Amino acid sequence: MDTTLEQHEAVTPAAKNTAHTDTEVAVEFASQWRLMWWKFRKHRLAVVGLIVVVTYYVVALFANFFAPQATKTYIAEYVYSPPQQLHFFQDGRFSPYVHPYTYERDPLSYKKIYKVDTETIIPVGLFVHGDSYEVFGLFETDLHLFGPKEHGQPFYLLGGDAIGRDLLSRTIFSARISLVVAWVGVSISMTIGIILGGISGLLGGMVDNIIQRLIEITMSIPTLPIIIAIAALVPIDWSTLRVYTIIVLLLAITGWTGLARVVRSKFLVLREEDFVLAARLDGARSRRLIFKHMLPSFYSHIIASVTLALPGMILAETALSYLGFGLRPPAVSWGVQLQQAQQINVISNYPWMLAPAIAVIIIVLAFNFLGDGLRDAADPY
Amino acid sequence: MLKYLARRLLFMILTVWIITVIAFVVIQIPPGDYVTNMVSEMMSQGSDRIDPAVTEQLRDQYGLNDPVYVQYYKWMKNIVTEGNFGYSLTFRRDARVLILERLPMTFLLTSSSVLFVWFVSLPIGVFSAVKQYSIWDYIATFIGFIGVATPNFLFALILMYLSYRYGGRALIGLFSAEYVNASWSWARVADLLKHMIIPVIIIGTSYTAGLIRTMRANLLDELKRPYVDAARAKGLPERRLIWKYPVRYALNPFVSTIGWALPGLVAGEVIVSIVLNLPTSGPVLFEALKEQDMYVAAGFILVLSTLTVIGTFISDVLLVILDPRIRLE
Repeated sequence: MDTTLEQHEAVTPAAKNTAHTDTEVAVEFASQWRLMWWKFRKHRLAVVGLIVVVTYYVVALFANFFAPQATKTYIAEYVYSPPQQLHFFQDGRFSPYVHPYTYERDPLSYKKIYKVDTETIIPVGLFVHGDSYEVFGLFETDLHLFGPKEHGQPFYLLGGDAIGRDLLSRTIFSARISLVVAWVGVSISMTIGIILGGISGLLGGMVDNIIQRLIEITMSIPTLPIIIAIAALVPIDWSTLRVYTIIVLLLAITGWTGLARVVRSKFLVLREEDFVLAARLDGARSRRLIFKHMLPSFYSHIIASVTLALPGMILAETALSYLGFGLRPPAVSWGVQLQQAQQINVISNYPWMLAPAIAVIIIVLAFNFLGDGLRDAADPY
Repeated sequence: MLKYLARRLLFMILTVWIITVIAFVVIQIPPGDYVTNMVSEMMSQGSDRIDPAVTEQLRDQYGLNDPVYVQYYKWMKNIVTEGNFGYSLTFRRDARVLILERLPMTFLLTSSSVLFVWFVSLPIGVFSAVKQYSIWDYIATFIGFIGVATPNFLFALILMYLSYRYGGRALIGLFSAEYVNASWSWARVADLLKHMIIPVIIIGTSYTAGLIRTMRANLLDELKRPYVDAARAKGLPERRLIWKYPVRYALNPFVSTIGWALPGLVAGEVIVSIVLNLPTSGPVLFEALKEQDMYVAAGFILVLSTLTVIGTFISDVLLVILDPRIRLE
């Protein structure tokens, strides 16, 4: 019946036993996923991408622990304060510390001029106690990976934002929403894409024709104005969660076409395969045929497509929030943070406000490299 | 060929029609309309409560009380029969004048970006494929991906900052102050071209990487074919061999890609224009959407999507001309 799956299961144990003894035999007996891993490893940039992506997700998951401060903690004296320099050695001994700032007003522009207060030392350490938070709603703790040893002392490694909150901590927290938005959005568009692409490729004929036209129309719709128009109608008093859901839905509804095309072309080829015919003759219904027999044979391609779709979602969310049509301030996302960097005078006076942008660029690059490697590895034969 | 063109044309009209319906309905959905916006604005500026009868009368006057489909029908009829796009309440001008004023620049910017994408990614793509896994291949790939990874608006912000920091003034707009209202002259054209460089680079870079990758992958496939070996064995100079045969084959997706990249390029143009404050359709469309000025917004969406669909059509026709193997079925 399902040849690929059966082979896969039958071969894996053998591969485990022989992998270390003889490479030639190992290649012949290795499972598909193992072959893919071997091929994937060769793409250096993709491996780096994978590491970066995993790191981002771990940091996002335990953002409370990795961020030195909570999202709302602020020190009014540190509005737009420049990044503090981290010193590692004190009197030749390893003991990291930062200096606080003092400021005075420029007599003309009344702008704050920060001065490093070299007299005072704020010791910095690992596993310090800071703002308290709940871990998955289970228990409360105030442990942070790093931060000032004494709770409440200024610690601004990436500088302060417009209200004097720590830019680094907020950039870390932003990863949560931005990454989750991307995942939820891609999952929805993936579902639509697989179902419509599957039906289109499997049934062919009239249905295929209609779905193809639907895809073409969706692709030529200028999505940005439509999204802005819909986002503009979200009432101001809506909760962050609802706004968030709307944004994700909008991104998903417009983003499914690429995957639908991939799935369709795959289905067109698979339709002619013997194992599909066998399953059909055995009386498998369309749904079972799609999800049990056809899809598993190109999971790897879907994974690659999804990885390449994720950065688009992240960028779209960032751009929408930046324009003021996405998430709104109580929410912390990279786009929301960048809203503060809209004016050129903000950027020229406080360039560190662009820090969230660097976080975006790195993760999008990582996803692209990872996807590129996965695409190469998707077909290891 | 004629039959194919006719069918495509029919389908294009259908597509544009569906897009306008969606655009029109979507802009209509929000509670409230232009009159509500106007009233709340007047109230916020301290005017007294406005008599509901007056607002009702205003609505009647502008036809805002009709059901959506009636409004849509009237709007469409006016466009098709008189080329009248309606009156913009926000800008207090005919929507058509507004569109005609802004559209040429959008067109210029987007088509320059398309050319930029082509001219940059063709040589780099070919080069990356021919010198696969060389250091230059990696560098080209990396730079291309950075272009993809940097959001357009951010790239615009950074370049704006750099031009301000090192060029003395921010490169905002499409004309220097002395040329904004000047009549066309060579100096003005030169000024425009100078200002266009940054937006074109920003809009274009988000697509060059994709095209470089496509070109590279296609060419790599072609380079493995026996005819390449045969030509090489016959002693054809390497440069001529590559440009004359495999590159021509690999060009196909290159042409069709521009079709699906167009909507994205137009969207990129909108965002970049908002950030850099360019006199293109972007900022006006944005403003109109915020103010629920449906005639301007829907008008722009109609015109932009028509252009996009035509662009896709042209790329399809080009593909057929370029590659006679493609059947017109």
